[in-house]
Amino acid sequence: MSLLDLSISELGRRLRAREFSSVELTQEALGRAGALDGNLGAFLRTTQELALEQARAADRRLVEEADAPALCGIPIGHKDVLCTRGVETTAGSRILEGYRPPYDATVVARLARDGAVVVGKMNCDEFAMGSSNENSAFQTTVNPWDAERVPGGSSGGSAAAVAARLAVATLGTDTGGSVRLPASFCGVVGVKPSYGRVSRYGVIAFASSLDQVGPLAKTVEDAQLVLSSIAGPDARDSTTSPAPVGDLSRALHEGVRGLRLGIPREYREAGLEGGVRAVFESACRWLEAEGAELVEVSLPSTEYALAAYYVIAPAEVSSNLARMDGIRFGPGEPAAPSLLEAYELARNRGFGPEVRRRVALGTFVLSSGYYDAYYLRAQKVRTLVAQDFSRVFERVDALISPTAPTPAFRLGERTQDPLAMYATDALTLPANLAGISGLSVPVGFSSGLPVGLQVLGPYLGEAVCLKVGAAVERAADVWHRVPAGFDG
Amino acid sequence: MVAHLSRLARLGLTDEEMEVILPQLRAILAAVDRLQEADVSGVDATAQVGGLYDVMREDQVEPGLTSQEALSNAPSHEAGLLRVPAIQ
Repeated sequence: MSLLDLSISELGRRLRAREFSSVELTQEALGRAGALDGNLGAFLRTTQELALEQARAADRRLVEEADAPALCGIPIGHKDVLCTRGVETTAGSRILEGYRPPYDATVVARLARDGAVVVGKMNCDEFAMGSSNENSAFQTTVNPWDAERVPGGSSGGSAAAVAARLAVATLGTDTGGSVRLPASFCGVVGVKPSYGRVSRYGVIAFASSLDQVGPLAKTVEDAQLVLSSIAGPDARDSTTSPAPVGDLSRALHEGVRGLRLGIPREYREAGLEGGVRAVFESACRWLEAEGAELVEVSLPSTEYALAAYYVIAPAEVSSNLARMDGIRFGPGEPAAPSLLEAYELARNRGFGPEVRRRVALGTFVLSSGYYDAYYLRAQKVRTLVAQDFSRVFERVDALISPTAPTPAFRLGERTQDPLAMYATDALTLPANLAGISGLSVPVGFSSGLPVGLQVLGPYLGEAVCLKVGAAVERAADVWHRVPAGFDG
Repeated sequence: MVAHLSRLARLGLTDEEMEVILPQLRAILAAVDRLQEADVSGVDATAQVGGLYDVMREDQVEPGLTSQEALSNAPSHEAGLLRVPAIQ
């Protein structure tokens, strides 16, 4: 039993009852990371000095402020695509090695405002491109439930650290499933907010029309507390929705009685592994027993979603990553004989294989003569995908499916076949194309590996996702299970 | 094709790297060709999923990064300016 096994609300109660201090809690998290992360590889770096300084400040606030925020004194981690002032931030890429942002991402600043304690920066696929964490330039994170398997990606370090109880909660980013997939593979909760619900200011961009920051946590309630801290309009990101966030905590205890939940036929037929199918069927029965009505629905454009995504996302990558030129940040090649060679050397040495593939692909689909056939067409298919969702949300409150067709796969299994890797996100990426809300919540195991249930809600429908997630979490009763080797 | 893309995107790929990436790009393009089957007649391209457009505000003058902060990560700078190799 570790303090890191406790939920945020329980930790908050005990912090306020002076059973332990935030400094002690933070030292336990850092101690666990020091002792257990060597083989797990979730942290790119711990931030001990910063963490202890923030923890001391949190301890003072807990004494002085009767209504200190729920996250005050709670140890968290940030995916390494989130800019943290003065702390090396690499996005898992050599091209940003040594980069120390002179400012905080809005999500980092909001969690700091609420007293959360940053214990480290979490490993991820390079620039968040990947589904296994194997594309990190620095290290491979393994799955805490089976060290021969991937943690999922791209927020794999964020998910593994929560599952292994090295941080109470973490932030990830989800562009095509990068929060939900690793959450499913590692047995934790992961929320993908609607596009524009959370600020992207200070998030190192992958695909700007798809990227969203979301929490990873042990429970739906913990995830809600983090989401409530980071969500809402931001003057520094004009794509944030001006709509108020409201009190998301109310959804947690409302139950699903009277809710209509749709099961997309196309997701059910997506080659689900037997164990995943069995766990999903159990979750359906629990939700019915809780009073939800389940109906089958159809999202006919799903068959084109993957293709549209792998045109739109690389197109945005080729544009966004043009700024990675080794002139303003990163090691660069200042001694190159010409500017052109400086660019080419910096990018050739700095980018790994997946990033190169996507930059090349995106450059191709945007190039003169191919734009209409690829990019423009993909943006029209994107409209069809969004219309599919709008249509079914007239009939149902939320959609449920497995988060991924399989549990965590073996390290190396899909690295030689980019298309097999891309297909991992088949059930998650349509939500990014449409900009709707979603989450993954652990509901069971297949041969000892966690299986997540995906809940998708309408645009700005985070509350209904949390409602369904909390209900199925209570029924599944698996959130407190800790992987062997991390349960000490 | 790949040599052209490598030049356009400043990827600096070597001949060997181009040989590796070419079949991969071909396979991905063949897979995304699926798009050609979708019926998109009369469908508008997505512009912004949240329905926001022309988000405007009054101009506000406020402190930003100092020159020193902005240059703090540059591998080469001089007299408050970025220093780059010559354009040839």
